Amino acid sequence: MKLWELTAHELLKKLAHQEISQEEILSSLSKRIEEVEPKIKAFVRIEKSKGFNGLPIAIKDNICIQGQPTTCASRILEDFKPPYDATVIRKLKDAGFTIYGTTNMDEFAFGSSCENSCYYPTRNPWNPEYVPGGSSGGSAASVASGEAIWALGSDTGGSIRQPASFCGITGLKPTYGRVSRYGLIAFASSLDQIGPFARDVEDCCLLLKVIAGHDQYDSTSANLPVPDYRQSLGKDIKGIRIGIPKEYFSLVKDSRFEGIDKEVKIVMEEAIAQLKRLGANVQEVSLPHTEYAVSVYYILATAEASSNLARFDGVQYGPRARGAANLIEMYKRTRQAGFGHEAKRRIMLGTYVLSHGYYEAYYLRALKVRTLIANDFAGIFKDFDCIVGPTSPTAAFRLGEKIQDPLAMYLSDIYTISVNLAGIPAISIPCGFNKAGLPVGLQIITKSFDEEMLFRVAHCYEQATLWHKMRPPI
Amino acid sequence: MYETVIGLEVHAQLKTKTKAFCGCLIEFAAPANSRSCPVCLGFPGSLPVLNEKVLGLGMRTALALNCTVQKFTKFDRKNYFYPDLPKNYQISQYDLPLALGGFLEIEVQQVKKRIAIRRVHLEEDAGKLIHEEDASLVDYNRAGVPLLEIVSEPEIYSPLEAYEYLTALKAILRYLEVCDCDMEKGSLRCDANISLRKQGTKTLGTKAELKNMNSFKAVRDALSYEIKRQKEVLEAGDAVLQQTRLWDALTFKTYPMRSKEEAMDYRYFPEPDLPPFVLSGKEITTIQEGLPELPSALKQRLISQYELSSYDAAVLTNEKALANFFEACAGLYPKAKAICNWIIGPLNYELNSRNTSIAALNLQPESLVSLIKLIEGQRVSNLAAKDILTQMLNTGKSADELMKENDLAQVSDTQVLDELIGKIIADNPKSVGSYNSGKANALMFLVGQAMRLSKGKANPKLVQEMLKKKIEHIFGSFKEGNP
Amino acid sequence: MAISRDDVAKVAHLARIDLDEEELKLFSKQLESIVEFIDKLKELDVSGILPTSHVLGLTNVVRPDIARDSLPGEAVLSNAPASSKGHFLVPKVIE
Repeated sequence: MKLWELTAHELLKKLAHQEISQEEILSSLSKRIEEVEPKIKAFVRIEKSKGFNGLPIAIKDNICIQGQPTTCASRILEDFKPPYDATVIRKLKDAGFTIYGTTNMDEFAFGSSCENSCYYPTRNPWNPEYVPGGSSGGSAASVASGEAIWALGSDTGGSIRQPASFCGITGLKPTYGRVSRYGLIAFASSLDQIGPFARDVEDCCLLLKVIAGHDQYDSTSANLPVPDYRQSLGKDIKGIRIGIPKEYFSLVKDSRFEGIDKEVKIVMEEAIAQLKRLGANVQEVSLPHTEYAVSVYYILATAEASSNLARFDGVQYGPRARGAANLIEMYKRTRQAGFGHEAKRRIMLGTYVLSHGYYEAYYLRALKVRTLIANDFAGIFKDFDCIVGPTSPTAAFRLGEKIQDPLAMYLSDIYTISVNLAGIPAISIPCGFNKAGLPVGLQIITKSFDEEMLFRVAHCYEQATLWHKMRPPI
Repeated sequence: MYETVIGLEVHAQLKTKTKAFCGCLIEFAAPANSRSCPVCLGFPGSLPVLNEKVLGLGMRTALALNCTVQKFTKFDRKNYFYPDLPKNYQISQYDLPLALGGFLEIEVQQVKKRIAIRRVHLEEDAGKLIHEEDASLVDYNRAGVPLLEIVSEPEIYSPLEAYEYLTALKAILRYLEVCDCDMEKGSLRCDANISLRKQGTKTLGTKAELKNMNSFKAVRDALSYEIKRQKEVLEAGDAVLQQTRLWDALTFKTYPMRSKEEAMDYRYFPEPDLPPFVLSGKEITTIQEGLPELPSALKQRLISQYELSSYDAAVLTNEKALANFFEACAGLYPKAKAICNWIIGPLNYELNSRNTSIAALNLQPESLVSLIKLIEGQRVSNLAAKDILTQMLNTGKSADELMKENDLAQVSDTQVLDELIGKIIADNPKSVGSYNSGKANALMFLVGQAMRLSKGKANPKLVQEMLKKKIEHIFGSFKEGNP
Repeated sequence: MAISRDDVAKVAHLARIDLDEEELKLFSKQLESIVEFIDKLKELDVSGILPTSHVLGLTNVVRPDIARDSLPGEAVLSNAPASSKGHFLVPKVIE
């Protein structure tokens, strides 16, 4: 087996036994990148620099790396080199990691397909005519294609889990506040979290342990100790109470949304049967406010985004529109030229819902419905250890298929969005394929700061199946 | 016909070492953009963390202004685009501010009045804009400095009241040591809202918001001008426009601000990067109990305890350090009135001419008291004492030392004085004659001459007495018919 | 809730984006349909429900009033599109 095909824990073992060197790992990855990157386009930047002395990791283009271009796949941040490292980057560097490339994404994390990047769309390694998912499409694709052993992404409404699901790998959104947001270029401040992409659950554990923890630079960071997540591995799930939300499998009352895809449903039913065979106690539960989650999300997230993106105005960084007659014209033209279509749409929507006269009807109301959604989950976790369902209603779709209808795109986030609204953690692991050979993901959700439960259930399922060992045919 | 209604919004920079949401040092006049970091610059990915001193200073001020500190308070984003605002939003407070409902007592021409305070809230300052010919320059050193905004109710009815409000507020802020209150350095800023209404009516007229006033006097002048302007508009039958106007200290007029022609939609929403603050009753009580004696209370106490006049007490309490100095001196020597006179007279003069403060002067209460003792003991004259004071401040030497060194000891020896007087009388026969004919001034002239001849050392009171006696004796003996 | 091209133009001004005519019309349609969708929330009874602005329930997060290194001037200006004499340079601001 080539080195680029191994998991991090396998590579670490070999390194510990001095069977291989770090240069060899990077060299193997570099060869693989040369081989497949022209087809996949997972990266926006690859560091050709010298002196690599750590385990290589790929980073999504919205996490600040000192002195290196960090652009959120947007023209408005072209050549922006942050003068500081994000806290997670500092932690990775301190732990001896090598950051050798930054990965493609939907501009400012606005999207579910990686088609909104200002550079190019990334392709799904399982079939390059299909999207890898988004917004962390590049990170997911790089891990799936063997161009990265593991990677970091960010998740605001599903941006780690959905691409993990589309690419057949493992992706985790930690509890809100588990990982520092300092240095993550903000989309929606009350929803964003940085999280790991990996080839299996064990790698995911390892990476989370490195990046998690309290940060004095982030007021929303939880001051709680980080457990040794590896202790959750290798445990059985006999008697673990798993809830399956009935709303996830029924039709949603909207003409634009067809509900869960038939083939995905079949794969899910088999996965749930597998969990039962492993001894879990599986029952139906209800998340009654599921159908409102997308509305709440698109009010809160776009409102926060419209404010977070106001700073991109050509004053301190980024390309500035030339020849403007005055300041206001400079602002308007810089932002018009710098933002892509989806970014503009979200900023407009966010500005609209916050504008005079609409705050109570939209923003304030959404904050209240958010409470209802969080309460739905809290109620279930009183009697259940976790919730399981599909990560996405469909497997990957074709490039260009959904981009024309923004609302259809938004609705496809239905299973992942509520999790961010409630601030709870969730993991997506591969659980099968559809007829076209595209991966399907299983999402496990649990209560705040109980990532150990996620790893326990995910690892148990993973070890009883072979999905995580499958590699795309490129 | 018309009455004036004024509301004042004061922004005070809080005296913390570092900024509100990051660890950059606050330093006036540091080189441009040398006191900034990713947080206060609003670089992508940066996040705010509140400076713990900010809440405490804010609460102290709110309590000293008799406000109710809110037990639950949070920050909000105020969204608007401006180059001195790095994130194009300001972290401020909207619907749940730090404190509500207080008052400030002022005294206008000996009449006491209470001005209600609507709210006190925290926010971050913006950077500085410098305007050049074809461009503007931005310096973010000031961005992120913590500000306390104090908003009065529209209960101020004249420019003079506004001036007194600001003076009283400044005194409190300085007593609490929460703000330097230096309008020239920008650590205290004031905006005013002013409208006119027909006398006796209750509804407020359309207001103008005045900005760019760099001193309390400028506030007073701007308000006076604005009253005139609005009166003219109304009397002409026109309506006053609701607008923001800038004070121009050169032309002494206000002009409408062009960039604020539209009503601003700030799209306030709760700041997601900052969790809210829950303040306990115990915390609030502790701060309340720890408040120092405030200016008005101190003034009353000085009046009653030391029998000072209202005017004298007011001057002393203008600066807490001055009042403290007074009390320290009075504690050492029970002549309160004399001490008071010396502090608000010659010492204050020295402070002003040296452009310094009592703290920076390094004068000990014992030193001033020893000088005053010399005067009270008639060892030096008042004039000589003023000179000694100047030298004490210049050299740090004691009053006694300087008196000896400069040979300023007042001469009260009657034998010596007798000789002196004899000479004066002999040298100035005309004046002696004038005095005898009834010109009182002539005596003062003679005293002056004696002082001059004795190089200020003669005891003027004794000299005056002795001169009078001698002259009377001289003429008296003639009257008695001696040849 | 209808969102006209002019409504969109007002919002675009607030957001300081110079949308072209095509975009104004397109966003008018798209925003209208999105807003129609999110209006669904009006179906719910939220009386007595407290808003959730912060999911974690943290309060009173502060840092000590201790100095931390500021960035050197060159680093501050390193990404500036225009600068002069250690300052950021912008088109003349008229007050």
